Amino acid sequence: MTKQQVLDLYFLDARHKLIELAAFLDRVERAEGKDDFRLETFRAALGELTGKKKSRAKDVLLTFSDITTEPIAKATDKGAVGAFPK
Amino acid sequence: MKYIEPHAHMVSRTTDDYERMALAGCAAVCEPAFWAGFDRGSPAGFFDYFSRLTEHEPKRAAKFGLKHFCWLCINSKEAEDVKLAEEVIALIPKFLNRPNVLGVGEIGLNKNSRNELRVLEMQVELAAKHSQLILVHTPHLEDKLKGTRLILDVLKNDKRIQPERVIIDHVEEHTVKMVLDAGMWAGMTLYPETKCTPARAIDILETCGSERLWLNSACDWGVSDPLAVPKTALEMKRRGHLASAIEKVIFLNPKKFLRQSGKFQTS
Repeated sequence: MTKQQVLDLYFLDARHKLIELAAFLDRVERAEGKDDFRLETFRAALGELTGKKKSRAKDVLLTFSDITTEPIAKATDKGAVGAFPK
Repeated sequence: MKYIEPHAHMVSRTTDDYERMALAGCAAVCEPAFWAGFDRGSPAGFFDYFSRLTEHEPKRAAKFGLKHFCWLCINSKEAEDVKLAEEVIALIPKFLNRPNVLGVGEIGLNKNSRNELRVLEMQVELAAKHSQLILVHTPHLEDKLKGTRLILDVLKNDKRIQPERVIIDHVEEHTVKMVLDAGMWAGMTLYPETKCTPARAIDILETCGSERLWLNSACDWGVSDPLAVPKTALEMKRRGHLASAIEKVIFLNPKKFLRQSGKFQTS
């Protein structure tokens, strides 16, 4: 696809998602109480969007990932929260 | 548009979904054993589940002209209890010769714990001993990178395992290359919120090529779409992919991998 074709197909969808991100950040900042490592990681992942590299999706995923290498002692729950405390 | 759904948990879906999949061109559906959304309390619960996957569900699919196949295992979410896992694994060999059983799966990791890893190794042993294909679940979200690495280490360290007979499922941009570089197949799961969207899955196809890659919906009892594969095929068409390229990803690739079982066929 040409750049024009990509823009024609995906610009409005990407614009919509970007505004949703902005509104999410406004919402969480308006709320009372403390945030946690998820928001810190989210902000770090946002930083991956502005670079020139063509691996932004991969780099965002890596930012949210557990990069340790040893198995944990025991699984105490089954779910994932989407970010790993650094 | 003829396609294969290589990963769907149809026990969680309605008959309407079978009908919609058949109308959309589905030629066969494959169902890995998975977590039911709650922990089963005994091996008998798994025996009944395996019986359902090998006896009842093929009949339900056949009402809509669909071939139904399955994979058997204890999933990683129930693998923390190693004694239960040992008892469930002991049940599996008596089901492996059933005509719709393709192999051992979806084994893998969830939280990357020591017991999960131990049960993964036990099930790799089971697959190797019985010359079975392997379908692997990789963990969710922040646990996927580490889990995929641990899983690949287990598989690569067992010299009996032929990489071309293994599919590592739920890959994303940060894990797909390590799977393909290991000579294994990679599955991209199309979920509305987690895993891959259709657009990102096609991005991966465009950047990694379509060798040893397939698409699946992994539809189950959660937020998922049993028509995700044909919808992604439509998205490929919108992006200008040739019909032959689409057919390779949604039909020929899964057929090539699954036929290694000696049992797989399409309707």
